[in-house]
Formats: sequence, structure tokens, C-alpha cells
Amino acid sequence: MALKKWFPIFVLPTLAAFTIVFAVPFILGLGLSFTEFTTVLDAKWVAFENYIRAFSNRDFLNALWFTVKFAVVSVITINVISFALASLLTKGLKGTNLFRTVFFMPNLIGGIVLGYIWQLIINGILQNIGVTITYDAKYGFWGLVFMMNWQLIGYMMIIYIAGIQNIPTDLQDASKVDGASRLQTLRHVTVPLVMPSVTICLFLTITNSFKLFDQNLALTAGAPSKQTAMLALDIYNTFYGKIGWEGVGQAKAVIFFIIVAAISFAQLIFTRKKEVEQ
Amino acid sequence: MNSVTAKNIIKTLLYLLLIGIGLAFLAPIIIVLYNSFKGKFYISDDPFALPNAGTFSGIENYISGIEKTGFPAAFGWSLFITVFSVIAIVLFTSMTAWYIVRVKNGFTKALYYIFVFSMIVPFQMVMFTMTKTVADLGLDTPWGLIIVYLGFGAGLAVFMFCGFVKSVPVEIEEAAMIDGCNPFQTFFHVVFPIMKPTAITVAILDAMWIWNDYLLPYLLIGSEYKTIPIAVQYLRGGYGSVDMGAMMAMLVLSIIPIVVFYLSCQKYIIKGIVAGAVKG
Amino acid sequence: MKKIISILTVAVLLFTVTACGKKDTTDKNNAKGDNTVYFLNFKPEVADIYKEIAQKYEAETGVKVKVVTAASNTYETTLKSEIAKSDAPTIFQINGPVGYQSWSKYCKDLSDTKLYDYLSDKELAIKTAEGVFGIPYVVEGYGIIYNNAIMDKYFALKDKAVTISKAEEITNFKLLKEVVEDMTKHKQELGIDGVFASTSMSGGEQWRWTTHLLNMPVYYEMKDKSDDSAITSAYSAKDIDFKYSENFKNIFDLYVNNSTTEKGLLSGKSVENSMAEFALGKAAMVQNGNWAWDQISKVSGNTVKADDIKYLPLYIGIDGEEKQGLCIGTENYLAINKNVSEEKQKSSVAFLEWLFSSKTGKDYVVNKLNFISPFNTFDDNEKPDDPLAREVISWMEKDKTTVEWVFNSFPSLDFKDDVGNALLEYVQGSKSWEDVEKATKDSWKASRE
Repeated sequence: MALKKWFPIFVLPTLAAFTIVFAVPFILGLGLSFTEFTTVLDAKWVAFENYIRAFSNRDFLNALWFTVKFAVVSVITINVISFALASLLTKGLKGTNLFRTVFFMPNLIGGIVLGYIWQLIINGILQNIGVTITYDAKYGFWGLVFMMNWQLIGYMMIIYIAGIQNIPTDLQDASKVDGASRLQTLRHVTVPLVMPSVTICLFLTITNSFKLFDQNLALTAGAPSKQTAMLALDIYNTFYGKIGWEGVGQAKAVIFFIIVAAISFAQLIFTRKKEVEQ
Repeated sequence: MNSVTAKNIIKTLLYLLLIGIGLAFLAPIIIVLYNSFKGKFYISDDPFALPNAGTFSGIENYISGIEKTGFPAAFGWSLFITVFSVIAIVLFTSMTAWYIVRVKNGFTKALYYIFVFSMIVPFQMVMFTMTKTVADLGLDTPWGLIIVYLGFGAGLAVFMFCGFVKSVPVEIEEAAMIDGCNPFQTFFHVVFPIMKPTAITVAILDAMWIWNDYLLPYLLIGSEYKTIPIAVQYLRGGYGSVDMGAMMAMLVLSIIPIVVFYLSCQKYIIKGIVAGAVKG
Repeated sequence: MKKIISILTVAVLLFTVTACGKKDTTDKNNAKGDNTVYFLNFKPEVADIYKEIAQKYEAETGVKVKVVTAASNTYETTLKSEIAKSDAPTIFQINGPVGYQSWSKYCKDLSDTKLYDYLSDKELAIKTAEGVFGIPYVVEGYGIIYNNAIMDKYFALKDKAVTISKAEEITNFKLLKEVVEDMTKHKQELGIDGVFASTSMSGGEQWRWTTHLLNMPVYYEMKDKSDDSAITSAYSAKDIDFKYSENFKNIFDLYVNNSTTEKGLLSGKSVENSMAEFALGKAAMVQNGNWAWDQISKVSGNTVKADDIKYLPLYIGIDGEEKQGLCIGTENYLAINKNVSEEKQKSSVAFLEWLFSSKTGKDYVVNKLNFISPFNTFDDNEKPDDPLAREVISWMEKDKTTVEWVFNSFPSLDFKDDVGNALLEYVQGSKSWEDVEKATKDSWKASRE
């Protein structure tokens, strides 16, 4: 086919950009995580020392645990609430479009702006008990959860709505005729058929929770005592806040990458399998 | 009869519930809006109080905020970077995707998987080394940033376009080729127009990402060219101390363009989000 | 949708044309051998003045000076990301021996420059056997700033609990405490919300305590240990005993317990809040340095008269502290990036020499930046005229022992953050003072390992 010769025009621009900003830095990053360096060019091989330092770094372990807790709580709350809203909005009520518009809007606001909006709100609420969000890590934690819910519920709701609307109505009617209770219909008809949407939403909320950076930076910036710094922020702080820790930062980044990749795969495989079984 | 009234009651309750939730969703934005009209030292005293004669400061916060952040320039840079990066991504990755699907060999297959793989790699993994390679090539400028976004956006875009091209019957293209079109002409006359729905989806997803992106532009061009998120973040400490008044005003100004864009292209945005999510 | 797209297109085109139009002129300059100066400024409060200076300099010499200011508490991170760029800073700042250690790979030897010649006391520079790498450009002093009008009002009270009659007579911590606590009792009559302005504890706003106040106990500890300069001993100290921890606690408690703001809300307060409270007469005292004048004078509704602004040294209850003066020193050393082109290095040095020796430059330094400069190019009548700077100069001339800026030798930014976080949790009641003490000692040790 004649197309093949056209490689320089069709593929090269994308591939060149991709190589410069992703492929090369990725490989360099992997390699450098086993070295001590300050400017990339002065790397010295140290084998696994960076990884050992990363895992004995209190801030990193704390960030890891905080991120996991945050991800679990927000994934559950976001998906439950958005699924509930989606079923409400697909009941054929009038004016649902207006509500959909409103619920979805926060999703378009960027992380930094979101963080400062919520900082104002949460500090305003906490003022009543004489503290601010950086008083204790638990306020920062729930602040982040609230903010994340506010941002993502609309998004997930839209996906669930699309999923629910794909269910043929005659199937639901049929189950009603068969005398199935509401709960049974939900369990045996609705849930299996919206499973693809569930897969997508779980995937999106988990990865978004794990990679959270902007919101974290703007809302608490890790205060107090870096207790509310999540993985991405901790890695950033390691790279840019400490001189001589670049190698450790890169090692942390590799660990972060492996965790995110593993979760993505495990989650996809798990839910795909479930879809087939049903 | 009874069941009808019961239904009506349930309906009313549902509406009340929805209205309550809707208000909860809008409240944070409204609170920020009216705080932006309060004097800067009154904001953190009681964020929920409406401005009154003593605390109302008119548009003072907007003036000081615009002056401090250079908001018009930040808006301009955000727009510039977003528009050109999105154009570059849609144009180049759609071409690449078509090539990958139509030229089937080991190389294109590998390419496809590498692109898809890049989607799951968090930014922090390449943050430090990428900053270095990009700076060494002198691409740490607003124009260079377009290339950087093309590289980072390639994964998702190639994946989505590939998914679409696979569903396009090859016969149409072959007909065009026989008519004497070269691949370039075929692509722009025949293939690209068919791809339009996917192109809109990719454009919307990428526009939202790039418009709101903070860390990448901050590390590459942030000291000289501030995009909106950078300008907002710089308010914290960039002028000696946090000015809550200017902060509120800038939050409002950064939300306005998003709301306008959203309300005017809502249909496309929601469609795009669903399509993007389903395929991504 | 179509309309939006066409509006967007027009807007982007307009912006591109104007922005890139501007760019072209600089590109032409670059073509002549790029000698653009890039100054990474450390002091956000004077960012605008530096921009003005840059314009003036460009008008006078044609050399472009780019000024970028790091947000407060982010200088090191900003420097680190900036220095990796293709257009790296040519002039940057190090905060003393510790800063030099981090950035030695970038610091140019300045021993042959006129800038170094200008320095009145050559010992102030950061030097090693290989050369001169950092030149201080400003001397600053800090202590407790007080509003004498409020103090006079207090001393005029019939039922005051102290025998002294002037704020100047406060010469030790005991007296300070008595006065402050008695003032708190009378705060309604004095028309203040608290004696001390808020102890700002929000992120990036804790430096008044983690550097300036912590300076005091560490200074005295180092003085006890050796006759060397406290800065040098602290620089090599592997760990600290935090012998004067109790003194540090006493003064910190005094601030917090007699504050305008409740303890729990301090984590939301910034330095600007504190300075505004002081300027509006809601507080009688605030701990800060002479750089704060700009912030005080700019607050609208400012009720503090320039003549009423005075300094007290930071008394923490050490024997013989009656002879103690203000903390005077510098944490601002200029360095030139030796990894940029020869032209850029030259033009950067030239810019600094112009700033500190030409008539226009000196005028900005003295009257706009309000710097007390350590250079011999400044005559005796070329001293800043703001009340805080005048006070610092007059304290330097008094027969008092100036306290060195030992915090220049604090091990790292992390150390300061750790102390700040511990203090915050102490204020909020979730940590005890022993925890603060332990965090301080541990973090010092860990940073020096």
C-alpha cells in the first residue's frame, strides 16, 4: 500500500514529540532511579539504595498510606452517590437536564481553583469549632474527600446515566411482569447491565484519586507536618524541595508508577471477568 | 386515587431532594462569588456572611487581583496554549492513528501498544527527566509547550482514533485512492471528515486537561508565562503574603470562562465525556 | 458552537499577534549575543520595585533584565526548577554557608569583581579557599516592633502593675512578660484586640518563628559552647542540645497567649494579617524586621505614626540580656550562575555594580528598596529613611551586643518546616512542648547526617 512511504508525514511528528517528552524521559527515569544524580548528567550507580531510602522515608510511607485511605473512601462515596443520582435522574422526571447540567459543572473547574474554593468553605465551617483545615490531618483528609466528591460525582453520574439508558426498557418491564421486586430487578437486571459503566467509573475514580496533585497542593499543601501530602505531592517535594534526594525522588516515582499500573490492570481484568460471568 | 397522590408526594420529595443537592453543588461557587466583594481582611473572619456596608469593597479585589496576577495575559496564554495544543493533537494523532490501523505490521502494532501504555504512566514518573530533555532542546517556551502537549496527549488520542478507524470500512478510502488521491488527500478529503465525532471528543477532553493543567506548564514556562492556574497558585506567597481578596476575585475570573464554555457547548461536552470514558 | 469557535479563533489570533510581536524585539536583542540578565528575586515584598529597576536599567544601557520572583517559602524549589531550564537565572541568591553548600556547582568566583571591592567589610562575603562566591547586599535587623502610642497609653494607666514608665525601660524578659500580661488585662481600655499581632502559622508563613525566633536559643547555645562566631559553630554542629528550649517556649507562649487571635485560628493567619493588625492599631507589638515597613505603610487605614514605631530586642530570659541588642545580619547573598554564557555572566555583574554604585541605582536601593547596604559606595547620608531602618541603624550604634543571624546555619529548609509543623501542632494542642523539643533536635540531627 502506498501509505507506508508516508511515514514521515503521518507518524513522525507525533512520534518525535512522544519520544522527546515521554519515551526518552521514561527510560532515563527508570535508569536514574538506580543512581545518585543532581542534574541527570552526573549520575553514579548506587543499585537499590534509592529504593531502600524511599521505603525507609517516613514521609513517603505516610503519603502512601494516606493515598490508599483517600482512594478507598472516595472511590466508594463517589460511586455510590453518583449511581444513586443517576438512578434518580433516569426516572423520567421533568427538568432532569437542568440538574445534570448543575451536577456536572464542578468537573470542569481545574484542580488549583477547586482547592482554593474548598479551602475557603472548609475553613469557614471549621471556624465554628475554632480550628482550620491544617489543624489536624483528619480535617485535611475529609476536606479532600469532600472536594473530590464535589468534582467527580457529576462526571461519574453522566457515565452511569448513559449506562442505565442503554438498558432496554422492555427488559425491566418484563422483570416487573414476572413479579420481581424492585430490589430484585436492581440486582439481577440493572446492575449486571450497567457493569461496563461501573468498570469505567471505578477505573476513573481510582486512577484520579491516586494521581491527585493540584487539589492537594492548593487545599492543604501537605499541612500539618506533611501528614496530608499524597504520593504525587510527596514525589514533587522530594525532587524540588531537597537537594541530594533526586535519586530517591525518581525511585519513589517508579514505585508510584508500578502501583498505578498494577491497580489499573488488576481492576480492568477483575471487572471484565465479572462482566462475562454475568 | 390513593396511589396517585402517593406518587405525587414521592415526586415532590424527589424534586426537593434534587433541588437541595443542586444547591449544595452550586453553593461553593456562590460563596466565593460574594466573598470576592468583601474587603480582604474580612473574608477569613466569616466566609459565609454576605457582604454588608462595613465589609463591602466593590471591585477593589478584582482590580488588585488583576494587577497582581496579570490576569489578561494569563488568560491569553492559557487560551493560546490550549487552542494550539488541541489543534496539534487532533491533527497529528488522527493521522498517526490512521497510519497505525491501515499499515499493519509489527512496528505499528508495537507503536500502538507503546502509546496505550503511556496512558497509565503517572506524570511524576517522567517529571524530572522530561523537564531536562525539554529544556536541553530549548522547548521550554509557549510554542515548545505545544509539542510537549502533543507528546503527552498522544496516548489517549491515538487510542481513541484507532478505535474509531477500525470501524471505518476501508472500501471508501480505496475508492478515493483509485480516483488518484494520494494518502494525504485521501486522509483529509475522506477519512478526517468521517472522524469528526471522535475528533470533537478528543478535542474536548484535551482542552479540559490542558486548560486546567498546572504542574507541567509551571515547571516548563511558569516563571515567565503564567497560565491561569499558575497565576492563581502564585497568589499564595508570590507577593509576600496571601491576599484573600485578590484570591477570591481570581477564582471567580477563572471560573467564568469555564462556565461560559460549558453552557454554550454543553451537548458536545457531555457527549464527548461519555464517549471518552467509554473508550478510555 | 460555531460562534464560540470563531470568537476563540479571533481571540487566539489577536493574542498570538500581540504576544509574538513583543517577542520579536527581544529576539533581535538576543541575536547580538545574548546578554540578558535573569535575576531570580528572593523578596516578594519588593518584586515590583525590582521590575521598575529593570526597566530603568534597560532604558539606560539597552541590556534587558528579566526579574522573576519566587513565592515566599519556595525560593529553593523555584531555583531548582529554574536552573534546569534553557534560560536559567544568571543572578540568584544563596542564604549563607548552607545555601552555598547546595549550590556551589553554580556559584561563580567573584573575587575579581568591583562588587566585591565595594563591600565595606570583606569578611561578610561567603568565601572559601577557592574564592568569593556570595556577596551580601543588605543588612537587616529584627526584634519586637511596638507602637509607642499604645505603650504610652498603657504606661499612663493609673492601675498598671509595673513601676517602669516607658517601653524603652523594658530590658529583659521578666519585665516584658509583666508588661504584656498586664496590657492584656487592660486591652479594652487600650483599644486593642491583643498585645501581639497574630502568630501567623499558615503554610509558608511560619518563618518568623522557625528562623527568627528560634535564632535566639540556638545563638545562646552556640555562644556557650565556643568563642567562635555563633554562625560558624552552628554551621558545623552535628546536633543541638536545645539547652534554652524553655526560654524559647516562654516567649512563644507569651506571643500566643496574648494574641489578637484565638489559638485554633492561628493556622489561617499570614504575615500580612499580622502586619495589618499592627498597622490598624489592633495590636501593640509584632515580631518582625525592618523589611516590614513597606507592608505596614501600605495598609489602608493605617493608624500607626512613623514616629511611634520602635524596636525592642527579643528578650528570652537569659542572664545579662540587658546588654542584648537587635538581631542584625543578612541572609541575602548574591551569586552569579557560572554555567550561563560568558556574556550573561558579565552583564549580570555589570548590572549589580550599577545597582549598588550608580546614582540611579543607589537611589532605588536607599529610597525604594529601603536597604541598609553593606557597600562603601554609599555615603553616610545615603541611608534609608523609613522608621524601621532608622531604628535598626540607631540600635547598631548603641552600646549593645548585636545578636548574629545564626539561622543562616540552620541545617535545611526541611528542618525549618519540621519545627514549624511541630509548633503548629503545639499551638493547636495536639502536641506537647516535649514533642516540639524532640522534633527540633531530631530534625537538626537528621538534616546533618
